[in-house]
Amino acid sequence: MEKKFICIVCPMGCELTAETDKQGNLTAVAGNRCKRGESYAEQECKTPMRMLTSTVRIEKALYQRLPVITSASIPKDMIFQVMSEIDRVKIEAPVELRQIIIKNVCGLSADIIASRSMAEVHQ
Amino acid sequence: MIDITIIGAGVMGAAVAYYLSRYNCQVVVLEKENDVAEGTSIANSGIVHSGHDPKPGTLKAKFNVEGNRMYPDLCAHLHVLFKQTGAFVVAVNEEEKQILQVLKEQALDRQIPCQEMDGEAARQIEPNLSDDVIWALSLPTTGVVDPWEITLGMMEEAVLNGCELRLNEKVVAITERPDFYEVTSENNGQISKLQTRYLINCTGVYGDDVYRLLEPELDFFITPRKGQYFVLDNTIAPLVGRPIYPVPSTVGKGILAIPSIHENVLLGPDSEEIKDKENVDTDRARLAFIRQALTKTVKNIPFDKIIRSFAGLRPTPSTGDFIIREEEKHPRFIQVSGIESPGLTAAPAIGKYIADEIIAAATKYGLKTNYQNRRKPLRLAGLSIDEKNKYVQADARFGRIICRCESVSEGEIIDCIHRPVGARTVKAVKKRARPGAGRCQGGFCEPRVVEILARELGISPMEVMFDSQRSPIFVGETKQAKGE
Amino acid sequence: MNTVELVIIGGGSAGMAAACGAYEAGVRDILILERDKELGGILLQCIHNGFGLHYYKEELSGPEYAERWEKKIEEYGIAYRLDTMVLDITADKVITYTNTVEGYTKVRAKAIVLAMGCRERTRGAIHIPGFRPAGVWTAGTAQRYLNMEGYLVGRRIFILGSGDIGLIMARRMTLEGAEVLGVAEIMPYSNGLPRNIQQCLRDFEIPLYLSHTVTNVFGKDRVSGIEISQVNQKFEPIAGTEKRFDCDTLLLSVGLIPETQLGQNAGVLLSPKTKGALVNDINETETEGIFSCGNVLHVHDVVDFVSEEGLHTGKNAAAYLQNKLMRAEEANVSAGAGIGYVLPQRVRKTLAEAVTFSFRVTDVKKNAELLVKVDGKVVKSVKKRQMIPAEMERITLKAEELNDLQSELVLEIRED
Repeated sequence: MEKKFICIVCPMGCELTAETDKQGNLTAVAGNRCKRGESYAEQECKTPMRMLTSTVRIEKALYQRLPVITSASIPKDMIFQVMSEIDRVKIEAPVELRQIIIKNVCGLSADIIASRSMAEVHQ
Repeated sequence: MIDITIIGAGVMGAAVAYYLSRYNCQVVVLEKENDVAEGTSIANSGIVHSGHDPKPGTLKAKFNVEGNRMYPDLCAHLHVLFKQTGAFVVAVNEEEKQILQVLKEQALDRQIPCQEMDGEAARQIEPNLSDDVIWALSLPTTGVVDPWEITLGMMEEAVLNGCELRLNEKVVAITERPDFYEVTSENNGQISKLQTRYLINCTGVYGDDVYRLLEPELDFFITPRKGQYFVLDNTIAPLVGRPIYPVPSTVGKGILAIPSIHENVLLGPDSEEIKDKENVDTDRARLAFIRQALTKTVKNIPFDKIIRSFAGLRPTPSTGDFIIREEEKHPRFIQVSGIESPGLTAAPAIGKYIADEIIAAATKYGLKTNYQNRRKPLRLAGLSIDEKNKYVQADARFGRIICRCESVSEGEIIDCIHRPVGARTVKAVKKRARPGAGRCQGGFCEPRVVEILARELGISPMEVMFDSQRSPIFVGETKQAKGE
Repeated sequence: MNTVELVIIGGGSAGMAAACGAYEAGVRDILILERDKELGGILLQCIHNGFGLHYYKEELSGPEYAERWEKKIEEYGIAYRLDTMVLDITADKVITYTNTVEGYTKVRAKAIVLAMGCRERTRGAIHIPGFRPAGVWTAGTAQRYLNMEGYLVGRRIFILGSGDIGLIMARRMTLEGAEVLGVAEIMPYSNGLPRNIQQCLRDFEIPLYLSHTVTNVFGKDRVSGIEISQVNQKFEPIAGTEKRFDCDTLLLSVGLIPETQLGQNAGVLLSPKTKGALVNDINETETEGIFSCGNVLHVHDVVDFVSEEGLHTGKNAAAYLQNKLMRAEEANVSAGAGIGYVLPQRVRKTLAEAVTFSFRVTDVKKNAELLVKVDGKVVKSVKKRQMIPAEMERITLKAEELNDLQSELVLEIRED
C-alpha cells in the first residue's frame, strides 16, 4: 500500500511516499532528503508518534498557566487521553525547567515536563 | 416623579442632558446599549461643519451655524480636543465651480467666513489635492472633534450635576397619563417603569419607532442611511490637513478625506439607504467605490495604510429636515428626530434650545448654584517629560504604557474607568483612552486592557465584555477537567 | 542624561542574541529595553516544539529556547529593563523610554540595535467586510490568551490564513477542546511550513481551503458565523462560491509586519519589500550606528536564524563601538527574477569575511536553480528541488566569491 505524508522531523517538510506490506511494515520510502526521514516514515506507518505540548494550571506564578511538553513522543491516538490527564493537574510555583509534572503519563513511558521555569510570585 | 427623561445617549441625548443639567430639575437618560455613543454617534465623520451646506430656511442650517459657533468654547469648557482645521470644498470642472459660487453666497448670507481660490493656490496649502481640482472654497471655521469624546464629555458633566444615566434600558412602552408619561423599559428581561413629566426622544434611527410607542399616526419616518469609511494610520505627514469635500450632490456631502482629531485620516462616507436599523456591516463593493470616488479630489492616498473600515447609520428623516418640536398632540413629549448630518455640529445648539427655550421657558426651573465642572481627562500625550513624570510620581502606573500604537498609559486607562460614565468594556476604554484604535487594532494591548478592566471593576476576566452585554471576550477557561 | 554604549530595543530572540553577540565581542555597557514582564518576546507564548533544531541541534519548545538565551544574559550580567516601553528614538541616538520605576527617561546611546519584532496584520489591514463583533482576533493574540493566561476565546473556530501561527493555533485550540472548522488561504499554496500542515491540520482532519478568503463576518455582538469564497487569480472573490460556517470565532494569520515605527522616528529608511530597514552586510541601517535584526528587519519563520542574525548584528555593533569596523564602499544587492526580496540590500566591497544572504522566492519554485550574479557574471549556482515563499532561504558567499564585486550583486532563479 502507498501512503503519502509530510515529514515533521525538521522544517524542511519533505513530502514522503511510503510503500508498506500487508502487515503495515515499511518496504520503501521516497521523497526524504535525509536518513531521519526514513525512520520517521517507518514509525509513521507503524504507530504515528507525536510530541504533545500544552499547559497546566499554576498558582503563585507570573501567569496562570505553565507550558508543558512530553519528554518523548507519544502515540498520536493517545493525544486526547493524555490531554485529559494534563487538564487535571494544578501546581504551585516555583517550577524548574524540565521538572516532571506527570510521571509516566498514561503508562506511555513518557513524562509531562515543564517547558520553562517559573519563579514564585508573592501577590 | 422624574422631571425629564431623555431616551438615547448619543451625542444628541448627551447634549440635551448637558444643557438641562444646569437647571434645578431631575434628569434621567435611558440608553438601550452598554455605553454612550453607540448608535449614529459611534460612526461619525467628526467634522464640525461651518454651516455653508444646508438649504436656506431649514433647522439644519440654523442649528449648524449656531453649533459651529458654540464648539470652540464648549470643547474648551469640557476639556474635549477640538481643532479648527478649516475645510476645502473642491470643484473639478466648470459646472462644479458654478455650484461653489452658490455655496459661497450661502455662506456669506450666514456670515460664515469663506474664501475662493484656484486649484493651484489650494494645492499650495493641500499638496495632495488632485491635479484635477480647478477651484476651491475655503471654510476656515470648519473643525474636527472626536464624536465619542464630545458625547462623553457632555454626558459626564450632566451626570456630575445629578443627571442619572441608565444603560442597557430599552424603552418598550410609553403610556400617556394626564400630567406625565409612564415609560416602560427592559434590561435583560427585567422590566422597569418610571414616571416622567417631560419625555425627550433622541433615539437616532429609532426616532419613528420610539414615537410610535406613543402615537400611532406618524407624520414622518426615519430611513437608516448607511455610510462606510476607511481609517488610515497616523503617519508622520498626514494626507490632508483639513476635511476635503467634493461639491455636494443630491445624496449628501459626498465622499471626503478627513483628518481626525487623533491624526488619522478618515475616507468616506458613501451613502446607501437600507431597511435594517441594526445593519452596520461593510461590504467590498462599497468600499471599492469609496476608494475610486476619492481619487477625484485627492491624490497619493496611501491605501496600504488602512487600519480599519467601519460603517454607521444616519437617521434620514422623510421630511428632509431635523424634526425638533414639542408634539402638539402630546404635550411635554419633545421630538428630536432625524438628526442626520450636520447633527454632530448642531447637537449643542439643539440641546441648548430645548433646555432653555422649550423646557426652562415653560417650567421656570431655576439655574443650579452649585454647578460642577468636569475634571479634565488625564491625557499624557503631548506633555513634556517633566510634566509626565509628575503624573508618574503621583501614580507609577502612568509610567507603564499599555497601548504602544497610541502611547496610552495604564494610569490613563484607570482614570477613564473610574470617572463618572466610566468605561466598563474593552470598546468603552477604546472610545475614551484609545488603546486599540491604532495600527495593531488591539492585538497587543487588548489582553492588558481586559486584565485592567477586570481588576478595576472587581470582576472576573470571564465577565469582561468587548462591547454590548452579549459580547464576551472569552467563552471559558482552559483546563476545566471533566467532572470538576 | 545617561549615556550607554549599546542600547538594544526589544528583549526577544533577536535582542537577546544581539546583546550576547556584543558582549562576546567585548562590549560591557549594554542595556536591553523590553516592554513585557519577562525577556523572551513572542517565544514565551509559542509553547509548541520545533525550535532550536538548527542552532542547538535539538528540538525545544519556544519558552525553553528563550530560557537558554535568558540564562546567557543573566550569566553575562547584561543589564535589562522589563515592563519598559520605548517611545522615541532620534537620529542622534537619544532614546526616550518609560516604566513604573524610572518614569519617562531619556538615555543617549553610542549605538542602537532595533530588535522590536513584528506585529500581526489585522482584519482592518486586509479589509474583511461584514460586521465588527467580538470574536475576531489575530492568531497571536488568541495564542497569548490561551497559552499564557489560560482563556479560551471560542468553541467553534474558523481560521483565515495558513501562516504558521494559524496552523499552530488550529492544533492548540483543538487540543484545548474547541472545534476548528477550517482554515482558508487566499494563495493557491499554504503559507506555513509543510510539517505544520501535517501535524496541525491533517492529524486532526481540519480542512484547508486553498484559494479561498473570508468575504463576510456575521453577528452584531459576538461572531455568529463567517462566509468564505473562492478567489480568482487576481485574488478577487468569485460569486457563487460562497460557503457559510457557523462559528463564534475568526482567527487571523494573515501575515506579519515589522514593527518599524520607532526606527522611522530616527530616520531609518525602509525597504518597500521587507517593510523593514534597508541594511548592509552588518545589518547597519542607513542611519550610522543604528542596527536592525530579527523580525523587525524582515519576518523570519525559523527562530534559529533570528538568533544567528542577532549574534552577527551584536558582534558588528561591538566592532562599530570599538572602531574596529572596516568601512568600505558598498555595492547594491538586488532581487532578480523569481526572488521576492533579498537581504542585506547593500554589501561592503573588499570584504574579508563571508556574507549570508536571506531571501524568499516570489512563488513556488520546483527544480529551479538559484544564481548569484556579481556585476552580471554568475559566480555561484545552486540547484534546489523546491523553494516556497513561506520558507526563508539563505545562501552564504565566501569572501573570495565577492572579490570582484564592483557595483551590483543579483540573486535570481532560473527555471527549466
